[in-house]
Amino acid sequence: MADDILSVNSVRKSFGGISALDGCSLRVKEGAIVGLIGPNGAGKSTLFDVISGFVQPDAGRILFSSREILGMPAYKIARLGLVRTFQIPRSLMRMTVLENMMLGAQGQAGERIHLTLLCRGRVMAQEKDIKEKAEEILQFFDLLRMRDEYAGSLSGGQKKMLEMARALMADPRLLLLDEPFAGVNPALADRLIERIRILKERGLSMVIIEHAIPYVLALSDRLYVLNKGAVLASGHPQEVISDRRVFEAYLGEGDNAQP
Amino acid sequence: MLDYLVSIILTAGIYAIFALGLNLQWGYAGLLNFGHVAFMAIGAYLTVLLSMNGIPIFLAVLAGMILAGAAGASLGVATLRLREDYLAIVTIGFSEILRFVLLNWSSLTRGSFGLFGYPRPFQDLVGMRDYNLFLAGLVIAVLLMVYALLEALSRSPWGRVLKSVRDDEAVAVSLGKNAFSYKVQAIALGSAIAALSGSLLAFYLQYINPNNFQPVETFYAWIMVILGGSGNNRGTILGALLLWGFFSTTRFMEGYLSFSPSASSAARMILIGLILIGLMMFRPQGLLGREEELSIGR
Repeated sequence: MADDILSVNSVRKSFGGISALDGCSLRVKEGAIVGLIGPNGAGKSTLFDVISGFVQPDAGRILFSSREILGMPAYKIARLGLVRTFQIPRSLMRMTVLENMMLGAQGQAGERIHLTLLCRGRVMAQEKDIKEKAEEILQFFDLLRMRDEYAGSLSGGQKKMLEMARALMADPRLLLLDEPFAGVNPALADRLIERIRILKERGLSMVIIEHAIPYVLALSDRLYVLNKGAVLASGHPQEVISDRRVFEAYLGEGDNAQP
Repeated sequence: MLDYLVSIILTAGIYAIFALGLNLQWGYAGLLNFGHVAFMAIGAYLTVLLSMNGIPIFLAVLAGMILAGAAGASLGVATLRLREDYLAIVTIGFSEILRFVLLNWSSLTRGSFGLFGYPRPFQDLVGMRDYNLFLAGLVIAVLLMVYALLEALSRSPWGRVLKSVRDDEAVAVSLGKNAFSYKVQAIALGSAIAALSGSLLAFYLQYINPNNFQPVETFYAWIMVILGGSGNNRGTILGALLLWGFFSTTRFMEGYLSFSPSASSAARMILIGLILIGLMMFRPQGLLGREEELSIGR
């Protein structure tokens, strides 16, 4: 489909005989938020690894704005504007919050060793712009007062925020968020929902893995349920969530599993 | 006494340059190079061999740096896609293989007889008597240049990417950075710096022999980096000064102790080992390292 920013077709991946993804397909419309839920071990994070190029699948196709990205190195996929975050927040502990942010910017001349030494003026000018942008995004996530702290000293929820903020520095077109609400306290979570909606209004497409169902329902335009490496159900979030098969996938099958 | 001081400055300065190359690889990029001395040997031998054959000295030094950088890059390309400890094994193997090649390729290197009588920079201008003083000045100038270069790089966006690769490669990759390329660049640049220190060492010693380049030299560089604080260029220079200061003062004391030379050199290494253990217990970040960098998030 032409208006799909991401289309994943029948992706398979097994790790030493154990099938993590078993013919998984998923589509994300431009500008939409897609929720991805499923029991532990359903293959959600593996799917993110495969889409972002961190893990090579055994079979399948992945198109990002109509371009085949399967087999492309992960850093090149990120440069195209498909940026992921990690389930366990991966801050660069020994770098400050601001340094973490500034790293995210793309197309930095100063990242090339010869330019950083020879074209100082150009690099400094770019650094100034990047810093301003970083401070703006930090402000958006209420992290500005932490800018000079080491990222390792942030709380779990703040690290999650920083990771998302850092990903935004790369000007992504599609953001893969792996459990953005994990470790974020309920008061902050409401603010985070608000912010994700603002990002969506600005045209950013997102796929969100999340265990906290209410947040997923509040945000998603479309919901996918993954079980045993395949899509169990997909569609309108409210309809999907009331599907009996989804209930069984979470709580196990059997007569005693009455809704 | 002045001669003695000059010789300490020369050795400490040359080893500081050598260790700064390692600090770039380990302190900034997190790369385990256990064969750093190989690149020093490449610099020393290529500079000497080329200048003995009439190539201008500065071109010979440059050629040594380029060859060492290329050798480092090749080892990096071969191993850096694997787990990080492979680089350590391959580099230490490379440094020993290189030493044995230098020992046995007698037609080129005169093996264990070593090479001597080769030209040194500006030797006709300066004269024999004051040459070491001149060389000490040159070493300090080179050291300051290397230090300035590394400081500029570590504060640059390039250095930022390098540090991110050290902290968590997956994050760097997820933000569009080619982590592999940065590691290869760091190892190549660090190796070229080691080659530069090798050329200076050859100028100072006036005689080079493959056994100048034993694996223990690599570990002296490691001691300097760890002593001063990994990832801190000033710390590395301080580490080099302290280690050579320690070697020199204990050599003075040897006269008052009834140890045999081999026993006293062993005792010296034991003492260094104890100092390092003490440092790791009470100041694991090194003398000039920042404590926050160690204690957070672990």
